Amino acid sequence: MLIFERGVKGRTATAQAPLVKADVTDIPESLMRKNKAAMPEVSELQVVRHYTNLSRKNFSIDTQFYPLGSCTMKYNPRGAHKVASLPGFLNRHPLAPESYSQGYLASVYELQEILKEVTGMAGVSLSPMAGAQGEFAGVAMIRAYHEKRGDHDRCEIIVPIAAHGTNPATAVMCGYKVKEIPVLNDGDVDVDALKEAVGPQTAGIMMTNPSTCGVFERQIEVIAKVVHDAGGLLYYDGANLNAILGKVRPGDMGFDVLHMNLHKTFATPHGGGGPGSGPVAVGERLLPYLPTPIAGIEDAGGEPDYCWLGEEALPDSIGRLSAFMGNAGIILRAYIYALFVGRDGMQRVSEFSTLNANYLMKKLADAGFDLAYKDRRATHEFIITLSKQSKELGVTAMDFAKRLLDYGYHAPTTYFPLLVPECLLIEPTETESIDEMDGFVEAMTQILKEAENSADLVKGAPYTQPVKRLDDVKAARELDVSYSPQ
Amino acid sequence: MPFIPHTEDDIQKMLETIGAQSIDQLFDEIPAHLRAGALDAIPPARSEMEIMRLMSDRAEQDSGALCFIGAGAYEHHIPAAVWDIAARGEFMTAYTPYQAEASQGTLQLIYEFQSMMTALTGLDVSNASLYDGASGLAEAVLMAIRANRKSKSKRVLIAGTVHPLYKKVVNSIVHNQKIELVEVAFDSASLTTDLSALSQFEGDDFAALVIAQPNFFGTLEDVHQLTDWAHQQKMLVVGVINPTAATLISPPGEWGEHGADIAVGEGQPMGIPLASGGPYFGFICCKQALVRQMPGRIIGRTVDLDGKEGFALTLQAREQHIRRSKATSNICTNQGLAVTAATVYMSLLGQEGIERVARACHANTNHLASLLSAVPGVEVVSTGPRFHEFVLRLPKSSRLVLEHMELQGVLGGHDLSDTFPELENCILVCATETKTDQDLNGYVNALEISLKELEAVEC
Repeated sequence: MLIFERGVKGRTATAQAPLVKADVTDIPESLMRKNKAAMPEVSELQVVRHYTNLSRKNFSIDTQFYPLGSCTMKYNPRGAHKVASLPGFLNRHPLAPESYSQGYLASVYELQEILKEVTGMAGVSLSPMAGAQGEFAGVAMIRAYHEKRGDHDRCEIIVPIAAHGTNPATAVMCGYKVKEIPVLNDGDVDVDALKEAVGPQTAGIMMTNPSTCGVFERQIEVIAKVVHDAGGLLYYDGANLNAILGKVRPGDMGFDVLHMNLHKTFATPHGGGGPGSGPVAVGERLLPYLPTPIAGIEDAGGEPDYCWLGEEALPDSIGRLSAFMGNAGIILRAYIYALFVGRDGMQRVSEFSTLNANYLMKKLADAGFDLAYKDRRATHEFIITLSKQSKELGVTAMDFAKRLLDYGYHAPTTYFPLLVPECLLIEPTETESIDEMDGFVEAMTQILKEAENSADLVKGAPYTQPVKRLDDVKAARELDVSYSPQ
Repeated sequence: MPFIPHTEDDIQKMLETIGAQSIDQLFDEIPAHLRAGALDAIPPARSEMEIMRLMSDRAEQDSGALCFIGAGAYEHHIPAAVWDIAARGEFMTAYTPYQAEASQGTLQLIYEFQSMMTALTGLDVSNASLYDGASGLAEAVLMAIRANRKSKSKRVLIAGTVHPLYKKVVNSIVHNQKIELVEVAFDSASLTTDLSALSQFEGDDFAALVIAQPNFFGTLEDVHQLTDWAHQQKMLVVGVINPTAATLISPPGEWGEHGADIAVGEGQPMGIPLASGGPYFGFICCKQALVRQMPGRIIGRTVDLDGKEGFALTLQAREQHIRRSKATSNICTNQGLAVTAATVYMSLLGQEGIERVARACHANTNHLASLLSAVPGVEVVSTGPRFHEFVLRLPKSSRLVLEHMELQGVLGGHDLSDTFPELENCILVCATETKTDQDLNGYVNALEISLKELEAVEC
């Protein structure tokens, strides 16, 4: 039942609004609203009960193992949320003067420094509001760099076919053409194809490393040399930074620019699909182009004085990407997470996410599942392919995913990357225990048995959720995207 | 180890299963010379107690001022239930609802959000949200260019009264696609967009006209006239609106003869704290005919195998994970958690409650403007009908006056001098429903004292 359908005309949650309905006399009648908005008319208890009950229809990290590959669904520390919710932080206006901003600015400045160190880069801007906006900022900086040098013929961005869909979409938003290059059977980029693809038209390459195949790109130094020799720059998609945090730094691999997903690597909540935060870090040559604003420091001895650096300080910047300071509260949570784990904890993130992934991969292989890249180490994630089960039993990767929900596990990422058929991309993260993973393996083993003995049981799953499989075709054909009172 | 559950025994057992000697061995595909050393610039780990102490001190540093700054982010009362509900782990720690059967909570909530936004704006469809108001406007501009088949240009007219930071953001996001934003000068006496300023563009090919209601100065535009003019010129109309105001003043769907085509705005006033600028959320609504040009996630209502009502992501063929380089946008996430809070806020208050908030803001702002117009030397520049902001001209340097007010704990407004040369020593002042009569008098006192102090310095 929708919240609208619980309403009764004239019912309100009166404690929430001003008690007096003030008169308006100076706005001309023609500019006043004619028809009242058809909003819910419900009591406070009805609202609380309705949304509490809706929340119970969700899987979440707090309630379930959530091994969604490439999404890094790790524990989101309550402490970080609590600190970011201190009244002093919540009530600060984004345009407040610097005299009322030193506490916030100090935190932002220190996070910039931490991210520089852990990525091996020369400068950081925290303003992009999500991974995709970080990608946009990164490619826009590559473009600004070439343009500043008068190098106007570079019109192409190279993207390996295993890349996230945001990569090619971002390149187009930055006015580039996309050239896709293949990936070899072992998961590494086809360097020969890359050598043929580069030229005076190459603006840069967008890469994820470890790649979306769940393996470390072993040829990264060769790739960097090929692209740099052609005059292009290297963009690092930080989607999988959790796998290498503090172990190997994108700056040391030869990348010129990267974005990080703070909602993945730095444990800020995913919130049902955002808000994220996608800071960018750059090497020396892209420093002038960083998006604004950035936190700066004026050190005149004594207490440091923090300030905002805007377009006056960075005249060649690609500009602003949000009205104010990006997803400021998410940035704060990430900073607090960094304080929690500290310098040793950063490296433990990659160590234990890698340990967990390799353990889970081995256990699933032993249980009879096919690995997409069986001769490779897992990074923080790995891929199994259910091609065989699909052909022989008619049970697909999606069927396995849906049946997992009945066993109380969120499904891994399905059908991505596109080049591995019938795949599940599995990322346990470092915050899960061996028991949780053993339980998952047991569920997968059980489902495999079901697939062999009663395929229809698996194909009809899930059975225990608030709804069964939904009619997506009807959803798109008979579009119903907002309620209208009958 | 913070957040990592492994015991020594677990580690040994796992390494044995894998067949590795050490965790370090698992990184043997990374060339050894690339491996990072110690991360000395990162501080060592701290306990939750130490972090609470440090950060409470920092939060305290930024507290205590009485804030009259608006300019796109507004202080409103947030009912206690809003974040109690939104911060439930089931909402806060879920991800994008890819597995619809296990995400009906988030999916139904977003469907309800979309329904509330269409009700507020008077338009047909809404998406699941964008990052913020400014980047939302950039998406609206791109959408208008895709959608207006009658226009062959990649040019958009934008009113000079649209938020200056929004204009900057739009430019950063669209200029690489060779899209040109042409600004319409505003009338510096009325602080609105005059129809006569538009006449020079008559007959020119533009995909859309962007107007703001209320505009950046808090003043109300004659949106009906502007909308009809643009439609006569075969332009689409993009309205940048404030959702609180939409319960009181004419919503985009009611503008002119045919209504605006796309409405966007900043959702922050719907239960989201100021919080240094985010996370907020952008909303975007449009007429039915444009739905396939809409960027971002959209949730639809459908049925399951048993015919039972359910909710799912729909029209995904527009999106980057399917269409890749041909997608309507690279946008991937929305601002789910902020939308969760906003949906609870709008449910609690309803049309009646939000309208009361709007009326209280309007009354407080008018009251403050009339108190200030009695202060010698001070001039209320914006005299036309307004929502909850006005422009005030100061007899001294606005920067210095604001600094003096700051020392008395009052943030007197947003300085306009640097951005608008024609508004020298002017500030933009906002008083929402959170301000009491005592607060308003406190503002007047702080201003009077500041002006006297500055006069004394000059003597």
